[in-house]
Amino acid sequence: MTNSVLVAVDGSDGGARALQYATERAKLGGAKLIVTYVIEWSPYSFNTPEENAERHKRREEEIDRATSGVVEPAAAQLAAAGIEYETVVRHGPPAETLIKLAEKFGVQQIVIGRRGQSGIKNLLFGSVAGNLVQTSPVPVVVVP
Amino acid sequence: MMRFFTALTAMLFFALPAYAGFDDTINEITAPIASAVGSFVFFKINVFGAALPLVVLWLVIGAVFFTVYLGFVNVSGFKHAIQLVRGDYADPDSPGEVSHFQALATAVSGTVGIGNIGGVAVAVTIGGAGATFWLIVAGFLGMSTKFVECTLGVKYRQENPDGSVSGGPMYYMRKGFEERGMGGFGKFMGTFYAIGIFIGALGIGNMFQSNQAYVQLNTVAGGRLDGLGWLIGLILAAVVFMVIIGGIKSIARVTEKIVPFMAIFYCVFAIIVILMNFSSIPAAIGNIFSGAFTGAGVQGGAIGALIIGFQRAVFSNEAGIGSASIAHAAVKTPEPVTEGYVSLLEPFIDTIVICTITALVIGTSQVADPNFAGDATGVAMTSAAFERQIGWFPLPLAFGALLFAFSTMISWSYYGLKGWTYLFGEGQMGQTIYKLIFCAFVALGCMVQLGPILDISDALVFLICVPNILGLYFLAPIVRREMISYKERLDRGEIKKYSH
Repeated sequence: MTNSVLVAVDGSDGGARALQYATERAKLGGAKLIVTYVIEWSPYSFNTPEENAERHKRREEEIDRATSGVVEPAAAQLAAAGIEYETVVRHGPPAETLIKLAEKFGVQQIVIGRRGQSGIKNLLFGSVAGNLVQTSPVPVVVVP
Repeated sequence: MMRFFTALTAMLFFALPAYAGFDDTINEITAPIASAVGSFVFFKINVFGAALPLVVLWLVIGAVFFTVYLGFVNVSGFKHAIQLVRGDYADPDSPGEVSHFQALATAVSGTVGIGNIGGVAVAVTIGGAGATFWLIVAGFLGMSTKFVECTLGVKYRQENPDGSVSGGPMYYMRKGFEERGMGGFGKFMGTFYAIGIFIGALGIGNMFQSNQAYVQLNTVAGGRLDGLGWLIGLILAAVVFMVIIGGIKSIARVTEKIVPFMAIFYCVFAIIVILMNFSSIPAAIGNIFSGAFTGAGVQGGAIGALIIGFQRAVFSNEAGIGSASIAHAAVKTPEPVTEGYVSLLEPFIDTIVICTITALVIGTSQVADPNFAGDATGVAMTSAAFERQIGWFPLPLAFGALLFAFSTMISWSYYGLKGWTYLFGEGQMGQTIYKLIFCAFVALGCMVQLGPILDISDALVFLICVPNILGLYFLAPIVRREMISYKERLDRGEIKKYSH
């Protein structure tokens, strides 16, 4: 098994810190980074007919935005630092999708940033980090 | 803009007494038109003393044919439909497209409407308890018709230059017939259908819904809204206006999210009421079966009950009308036939589950107290049946009816729009004109009485069944071929199951 780490980015400061942390680790240990952007999406939501008709178009736009806005700059940064990497942009429920990808790539670790959202929001929606820590098959590093 | 609306509302209030008779005027104008359109579409032949509208016969024969021709796909495909909706066959490597679940939920939101609450009451009033039996049979057969429609809807949809998709009977008729070397005929049928769905969108998907929502509100308000249909109509039209023209998608989105829960809420309480009428259940079920074959007390006897049952079922689940295939066409799948399987569940949920539950609420109440509803009909009758057991229920029911009506109107505004853009192109100006017409009819729906409304809506909706089902006959071999090929690949394990 190769030495690899999955790092989640989402364009936020937390994501940037996670990438920063993972980059430093990779430099030290020579690990390969799997840079992942999960676009929050559920197959079980309710849509209007119009939203459905435009879904394919929206999906492409979302992927484009994530790729060119966040993933590609991150990749450029890694390339400049001489770190081996792969990129993935994927729709799905965040924690579950990260775990699936971690299994698929056989990574040793998942690195994510903390969003630091308020208590009530956590109560209602749960936190990605919290869910991930509870269910991940590999160690999770939550970068504050 | 806001000030304009405030002024307008104030003006309407002051003008109120002067225009209290406005509704009557509208009624006088529409009633003769309704009966003329109705007698044209529902041209009747005499069968064993019952007047059988040819168009109903046309639908029944179609549904029976598709059921047999596709080897009872409504039974054999049921399990697979549930697997698809559950996402067992969704490719985990390409998420983010419209899922089977979403397509089904959207289409069901469009069909679960006032028909499920009020239409059933109408069926029982005219066709007796036996109409319920035929309603269920029609729902069962209608599953096969939907299968054909929705498979074709996906197969022959059009991808627009902007990346969105348009589909539905007008597209499958044009392209399907073209493939069979009958391009001219296909174009004619497509255009005919597009005109029909546009007009139908103003009836079944619009006036009937707003009318019944108003009736239910008025019942809850204890008749205090009598003669104020135009006001409620204007308010409803304003909300629809905000959504479809103002682009306030959040209203539509919220409705779409609440409707499924309202449907579950409605079913749970309906089952509670049925159980509260516990001692009447055997007699009510007995009446449904005996009424179905004897038609006691119904004009035209058993055939009369059958006609009413089928008519109301189609009105509720829209199988044969082709509307659902417009909604389903949005799904991006390499296998159009999977959308057919998923759509089987629509008439099942709509008619076999929800309509039957409503029928039992009314049926058990009738057994316990034949005069429970007085001379109320439609939604008011269903509401009275609930009120007998749960005094406060008419209020949430009115709210639910309003939401059902609203979500159906939003869905149908889209169906009608697709007919309109098929005819006049995707231009923005044209779309706005269509939407204004649509809003005007929402208001009109509250101003006229149920009778003429139901006649016009029925007539228009059944009229588009004619070209649609004719098209389905011609294109059914394509669906059958796809279905057989898909099933073979499924059996061989070539269609990968990702499972849970």
